[in-house]
Amino acid sequence: MEAKAIRLQGLRKAFGDTTAVAGVDLEIADGEFFSMLGPSGSGKTTVLRMIAGFESPTEGRIELAGQEVTGLAPFERDVHTVFQDYALFPHMTVEENVAYGLKVRKVPKAERLVRARKALADVRLEGFGRRRPAQLSGGQRQRVALARALVGRPGVLLLDEPLGALDLKLREQMQVELKAIQREVGITFVFVTHDQEEALTMSDRIAVFNQGRIEQVGTPAEIYERPATAFVAGFVGTSNLLDGQSAQQIVGAPGTYSIRPEKIRVLQESARATESADAGAAEATDDAEPEFSTATGTVAEVVYLGDATRFLVDLDAGGRLTALQQNLETSSEDVAALRGTRVRLRWHRRHAVRVPDPR
Amino acid sequence: MTSLPQTAGRSPVRRLAGTLHRRPRLRLSLLLTAPLLWLAVLYLGSLAVLFVSAFWTTNSFTSEVVKVWSADNFHQLLTTPVYRQVILRSVGVALAVTLLCAVIAFPVAFYTARIAKPERRPLLVVAILTPLWASYLVKVYAWRLILSQDGLADWALKPLGLSGPGYGLTAAVIALTYLWLPYMILPIHTALEQLPANLLDASADLGARAGRTFRSVVLPMVLPSVAAGSVFTFSLSLGDYITVQIVGGKTQLIGNVVYSNIELNLPMAAALGTVPVVVIVVYLLAMRRTGALSSL
Repeated sequence: MEAKAIRLQGLRKAFGDTTAVAGVDLEIADGEFFSMLGPSGSGKTTVLRMIAGFESPTEGRIELAGQEVTGLAPFERDVHTVFQDYALFPHMTVEENVAYGLKVRKVPKAERLVRARKALADVRLEGFGRRRPAQLSGGQRQRVALARALVGRPGVLLLDEPLGALDLKLREQMQVELKAIQREVGITFVFVTHDQEEALTMSDRIAVFNQGRIEQVGTPAEIYERPATAFVAGFVGTSNLLDGQSAQQIVGAPGTYSIRPEKIRVLQESARATESADAGAAEATDDAEPEFSTATGTVAEVVYLGDATRFLVDLDAGGRLTALQQNLETSSEDVAALRGTRVRLRWHRRHAVRVPDPR
Repeated sequence: MTSLPQTAGRSPVRRLAGTLHRRPRLRLSLLLTAPLLWLAVLYLGSLAVLFVSAFWTTNSFTSEVVKVWSADNFHQLLTTPVYRQVILRSVGVALAVTLLCAVIAFPVAFYTARIAKPERRPLLVVAILTPLWASYLVKVYAWRLILSQDGLADWALKPLGLSGPGYGLTAAVIALTYLWLPYMILPIHTALEQLPANLLDASADLGARAGRTFRSVVLPMVLPSVAAGSVFTFSLSLGDYITVQIVGGKTQLIGNVVYSNIELNLPMAAALGTVPVVVIVVYLLAMRRTGALSSL
């Protein structure tokens, strides 16, 4: 396929004096699962609404499958939307909701009934066709909204925080299902979310939004492992920055560096450290391995997370780093005793990623 | 009530409050005794008297009420052509007023609830309500002036080669529509205002143009409120007799006939008076099926 599913050029949107989207250029490939990630008010939903046609851009150009659609109404675009609160029609049955788009497009009654039932079966809701949306649970409504948007086989499916209203368990289950459905139907998905974990688990590529602009576009691993800006480093994952004097002292060069917490090993400095054989071994080989950086500090806080423990360490060189350690068979019970103790942090140099200094 | 030891030192007011708190039935009876008495004795009581007196008769010489049971009045109502005509005309007027109100109110409410800027909406609602603050009589006399010969209506229609409707049935329908319009606008306004915007987006998103969205989404969701408004416009029109006296010319509606019978034949007036009650009960039962009563 030659043309991109979506191409945005210099997209801007102002509401009165406030600028919601301040210049966005983006290309989304056909069949891609693309996420727009950012905090609320970062402009991601406004971009989505402009692609759908609910808002018209103040400036810029929108193309769908190579065709310019900037001035077209929503009903003239080959795009369907799954809304944040589902937006199911309360006076229609589930089946009528799903068949609505087909009815509007004058698909014969018999055919649209068959297709609506098939779409409901695809989202595992067969037998629910006669119910009203009010009689369904949140997760079921969510799937009706998905079936309604997918039944017309649009070129692009837009999803506006569709999992936001679900509880954690259901959300995780729906993440897996959404990804599976997308792989199956092969439609381009544009998924808006403020949940970095959701974006990381489902997407082929992610655009991180901040203050109406895109900070970085990349695969989940690129975004996570090599954040392009301090904002991305902080928003995706835990903010863990070394800068100023402490960077100079620890990394050996000036600048701002981002280090992911799970890349940092926590080694005990006290006599108790010798109890841990591998910690002692690591310390012994420390100076012999120039590709590792180390920093000493005091544990300010220990948070037990069940599968892991999070250490907040005040560095002697200034600043604070967060380190995450898997709770393997040892020491998960008495981690609290580590508060206030002296530790040495150690990480591979390539895991300290230089980011532009925050403005 | 055995008082708890620590209540001994408390003020009487606090003790009373405590007692009431522990006795929900006492609380409820204090709350509802007065309004229930009002409803039962005055409201339902007078309705009952109306209904009972409809079965009495009058001495045709003295016009005094004779308390002899008979269903003659109702028999007369149903068999005398004049009465039948009056009843049908009254129901027709009420339906016409309701229909006109709905047709006029919808675009107005659509503007005030969805097109006007949100910060201006409360002001517009107040503007819709202002006519209700003016005296009913003044408003109807204003219509009498407008519709009078060579009045405003005639003057405005003259360039088109037409003339105003003059006093009569049409004038009564126009004046009643004007009077009860706010009662139709308000429920429709509320329903349209509460209509989630993303349902309209969703409809457009699925390929529907404005007309289809209106027919398939807006109208079915607002219809119960139109029905709710119609309960007001229908029952207020059916019970009115002053407007038709002032602008209706010789037109007779149930209200006029009741009024003119009160002195001469009170039981007959009572029998006529039960007609709108019955019609409105039937109308309410019909409207209940649309879900209108839950959106009142």
